[in-house]
Amino acid sequence: MLTRNLSKVALAALVALLAGCQGGVLDPKGQIGVMEKELIITATILMLLVVVPVILMTLYFAWKYREGRGEAYEPKWSHSTKIETVVWVIPIIIIAILGVITYKSTHALNPYKPIESEEEPITVEVVSLNWKWLFIYPDLGIATVNELAFPANVPVNFKITSAGTMNSFFIPQLGSQIYSMAGMETKLHLIADEPGTFKGISANYSGHGFTGMKFEAIATPTREDFQEWVEGVKASGETLSTERYEELVEPTEYHPVEYFASVKDGLYFDIIWEYMGDMGRIDFYGKPEYGAQLPEGVILPQREQKSTTHEAEEASH
Amino acid sequence: MNLLGKLSWDAIPHDPIVLVTLAIVAIGGAALFVFMTLAKKWGWLWREWLTSVDHKRLGIMYIILALVMLVRGFADAIMMRTQLAVATNGSEGYLPPDHYDQIFTAHGVIMIIFMAMPFMIGLMNIIVPLQIGARDVAFPFLNNLSFWLAVSGALLVNISLGLGEFAMTGWVAYPPLSGLEFSPGTGVDYYIWALQISGIGTTLTGVNFLVTVLKMRAPGMKLMDMPIFTWTCTWANVLIVASFPILTAALAMLTLDRYLDFHFFTNDLGGNSMMYINLFWAWGHPEVYILVLPAFGMFSEIVSTFSGKRLFGHKSMIYASGAISILGFIVWLHHFFTMGASANVNAFFGIMTMIIAIPTGVKLFNWLFTMYKGRIRMTVPMYWVMGFMITFSIGGMTGVLLAIPGADYVLHNSLFLIAHFHNTIIGGAVFGYLAGFAFWFPKAMGFHLDPKLGKVSFWCWFIGFFLAFMPLYVLGFLGMTRRLNHTDNADWNIWLYIAAVGAFVIAIGIGAFVLQLFLGFKNKDKNLDKTGDPWNGHTLEWSLASPPQFYNFAKIPHVEDLDAFTDMKEKGTAYTRHASYEPIHMPSNTNAGPIMGLLATAMGFALIWHIWWLAGASFIGLIVAFICRAYASNTDYYVQPDEVARIENEHLDNVAKG
Repeated sequence: MLTRNLSKVALAALVALLAGCQGGVLDPKGQIGVMEKELIITATILMLLVVVPVILMTLYFAWKYREGRGEAYEPKWSHSTKIETVVWVIPIIIIAILGVITYKSTHALNPYKPIESEEEPITVEVVSLNWKWLFIYPDLGIATVNELAFPANVPVNFKITSAGTMNSFFIPQLGSQIYSMAGMETKLHLIADEPGTFKGISANYSGHGFTGMKFEAIATPTREDFQEWVEGVKASGETLSTERYEELVEPTEYHPVEYFASVKDGLYFDIIWEYMGDMGRIDFYGKPEYGAQLPEGVILPQREQKSTTHEAEEASH
Repeated sequence: MNLLGKLSWDAIPHDPIVLVTLAIVAIGGAALFVFMTLAKKWGWLWREWLTSVDHKRLGIMYIILALVMLVRGFADAIMMRTQLAVATNGSEGYLPPDHYDQIFTAHGVIMIIFMAMPFMIGLMNIIVPLQIGARDVAFPFLNNLSFWLAVSGALLVNISLGLGEFAMTGWVAYPPLSGLEFSPGTGVDYYIWALQISGIGTTLTGVNFLVTVLKMRAPGMKLMDMPIFTWTCTWANVLIVASFPILTAALAMLTLDRYLDFHFFTNDLGGNSMMYINLFWAWGHPEVYILVLPAFGMFSEIVSTFSGKRLFGHKSMIYASGAISILGFIVWLHHFFTMGASANVNAFFGIMTMIIAIPTGVKLFNWLFTMYKGRIRMTVPMYWVMGFMITFSIGGMTGVLLAIPGADYVLHNSLFLIAHFHNTIIGGAVFGYLAGFAFWFPKAMGFHLDPKLGKVSFWCWFIGFFLAFMPLYVLGFLGMTRRLNHTDNADWNIWLYIAAVGAFVIAIGIGAFVLQLFLGFKNKDKNLDKTGDPWNGHTLEWSLASPPQFYNFAKIPHVEDLDAFTDMKEKGTAYTRHASYEPIHMPSNTNAGPIMGLLATAMGFALIWHIWWLAGASFIGLIVAFICRAYASNTDYYVQPDEVARIENEHLDNVAKG
């Protein structure tokens, strides 16, 4: 029984590591993903330092002190300051080390932190729709559905929102995911270290057609290859106008890849703005750093003046 | 105005799986009805059980509810695992998303709210008053009402199977998906009212048991002298009282959004779903400690009893549980590191979460050192403890891993997460309840169960668990996210098959458990526990008969030691025959609880289907029933000394014979 359990655990751990060779998060193809894999392995080894002895001690004590073996028996022994100190201190040390690792890695892997690189990054605006992904390239004026491309070794800055339910934008082999939420923008910075086509998914259940909400993320070998892909998108001749977008918003499942050669100016902004509500708009775009993002002609709502009762109160004081 | 609101013939599902299930339930229900009628048991059932305010009987009824719901929730699990085992390589399987999405939502809600909670509360009900030397809980009627509110919620979940639909949102029901815009059907309303009604019952239970341990301990028992199971339940009750109102409020806001066009959590008009997600987990995270802390208490009692030793580090255990409870309240954000909070916020919640591993680790070591220099009897409860310590260590480890934001960014919502929380909830809480069940069964029911079948059940659960969930860790690493309806990745197939096999092995374990119960009841006369102390127990519950006298203690014991009953046995005062007894003041049974539970069900049902007249009528009925109960005068009675003497002498004779 004892060895069987142990070997089972060891096998599962081993298998999990081996499995990394097959295209999941333990088979990263980007800098962020690589760091996250290393983090997982380091933390696991640190914890095994406590977990393995605990499991072994459990089995050993159960065997050694079982009835009928005639081992020492001390029914009243229930306190030892030495042992209690040790059992508090060991986990504290391990967790202290892990805590430092956590603090550092959380800052290093902050999804909002731009990736340092000599290459000029590419910006992609991502919108989750029921049940498909819309990718807008604001600098290139193109858009696609369910297909994303960028050159390898070039940082990609994702700005993410949703036009409905909450989803999570995730390309497992490149690393971190982040939620997409209506009326808000989240950010994610990824990079592919080598060319390839990676699976992209929504990692947050969003209803009926969620399973089919997949896309392909293509890391092209060079910027020229990427430019070729852009030309291909432009060749479609389609325009993502407000009307065309309204059609796209309608729920669909297993939506085919679509290319748009041009996009209505500020469409991504419109999508966020639509759900923000006056207060959200004031709170968000009222800040100087975001106010600059307001497209021309869009006027921020004014905060209502304090009501007269307040003035009356002041007068009475 | 439509008298039946939104209810119409269309509400009955056409899915053959559902229809067959309904037919089986109908046949089973009819058979039970005929049996009860022929045996003329209805009156007995009503007077002795349904209206009972006896904490022991309520505890047993809670556990029956939990076991019934375990079967229901497990049927959902088997369906999901088989769906995922057949729906590979792009095949659609046999469960279309509409049905499948309801199943995983129902599975989560049922297993947490209507299986684990009643199981835990059931064991707490039976044991806590006995361990502190009390005759009942502080508010016996309230206890009965709490039970019926739990039943009411469970009924609503089950009604959704045959009328309308259940939520298709996942058990967390995040808006905006759970809002009217994306879930216009009755599913989310079933979810809301089932959780709301049972949740209020749970809050009342928390209050009830806190007052009980604070006010009703036997003389001599200081707070720090309470047995460890009672202590862990007390911490759980602190968490219940502090966290369930958050759920109530969050659900109330969701209700307002759905019924009265409010915009707390909608996308538009300034609503913000992040608020719901925060509130949900501000309840949801303490909730998992509510489930697992009492299980820790059970393991502690069992390890100590079957090692024939005092628990190592009793005080340290109490402080560790307290630390877990308090820390459990400041870690909720780790459920959504991927929402975009700043690195400092994520790091804070990550590190806070890890710190919980410290007191938890201490507990594991304390159990180990309880076994050290003990004399261990490998009984069925002890098997569960060993299985727990091995399984839970792994679950704890993967939990700490998920608490590192950098790791969570790739593991969040993946099957790794599913594996982790099943690892802790099954390996921690459920193994604990099954251990507690095996440990206290003779006490509650008065007879033993077949230990061989108990061990078969354990091994099937244990091996089945590893087969079913270790592959999910692998699948998480392979990039498989949760709640997928079907898959098209050949690398995943083998792991999905193994997981399905594991689910069936667990099914055999449940089968062995049911068989054990069936044979146990059939052969009960051969396996009676006459002494009331079958395991050489340490705490006061073992000083009573099995099942305990309905008034628990003929004379309230005076407690002089941590292991109160061991102490009495050593001093020779354990089985004292008293010359005379005082009359015992006892609460009377009341039909107010079941009636109010029924009215709450009717109100929930009416609100779900927008049958406004019925909702109003049943709400008024609830108030009236409560007022009637509040003014009732026949709420208590006295057990006369001669009856007490008769019962006590009978027990002491049995002990002497044993």
